[in-house]
Amino acid sequence: MNKMEIKFDALSQNESFARLAVSGFLLYKNPSVNDMEDIKMAVSEAVTNSIIHGYDNEGTVRIYCEIEDNDFMVEIEDYGKGIENIELARKPLYTTKPQEERSGMGFTIMEAFMDKVLVSSEKSKGTKITMYKELK
Amino acid sequence: MKINSSSEGNTLIVNLFGDIDHHNTEIIKRYIYDNMAHSIKNLVIDLSGVEFMDSSGIGMILGRYKEMSEKMGTVSLVGIRGNMERIYTLSGLYKIIKNYSTVKDAVNSLKL
Repeated sequence: MNKMEIKFDALSQNESFARLAVSGFLLYKNPSVNDMEDIKMAVSEAVTNSIIHGYDNEGTVRIYCEIEDNDFMVEIEDYGKGIENIELARKPLYTTKPQEERSGMGFTIMEAFMDKVLVSSEKSKGTKITMYKELK
Repeated sequence: MKINSSSEGNTLIVNLFGDIDHHNTEIIKRYIYDNMAHSIKNLVIDLSGVEFMDSSGIGMILGRYKEMSEKMGTVSLVGIRGNMERIYTLSGLYKIIKNYSTVKDAVNSLKL
């Protein structure tokens, strides 16, 4: 088992850092380019959600990763507003911010690129996305 | 992220390089707005130099599509591949915006 945890400010300039930190952590497993790109995509979507929807102003995003053999798990957590209706939020093309040119594809992409996606959220407490992928 | 552009007749060609995420979609949107002369009817977004794009890029492209449609213009993409192609398909964007392998192909198709 190998673990990694980071916390950073919920600022859009940290989205690329989040992708690189997670993919950097995985490097020693020599993952395939496809697995690496899929994980970067899913992490980017989840972190962007936390930054856009979790907070109005400042906040913190936490990422925690685990690797056991070839099983990879990543948690992306914020301590912000929470999601009122998770079922609705997971629907393709659904967005609460159409005026900001959001595509509403975040959860759909996470589900398509990872093996399993769990969402837990509580109003005014925050949201935690847990994603799993078996490295090929 | 780097951006440059050129125009050919009434077509604006915007070349993007690096990563496209929520952080820089606003920068791209502003760049296109600033370089959109009144005479421009068609927009070609060249993603050949883009290494990563998530759904924020899809949202930004859809936004440009809506703007160009309002002035009876078009949007074309160049160089969508790999995971970018997967989200282009997944989002249904492929149904309304065509992807070409080269800028030349995209520009030529506008002349037909």
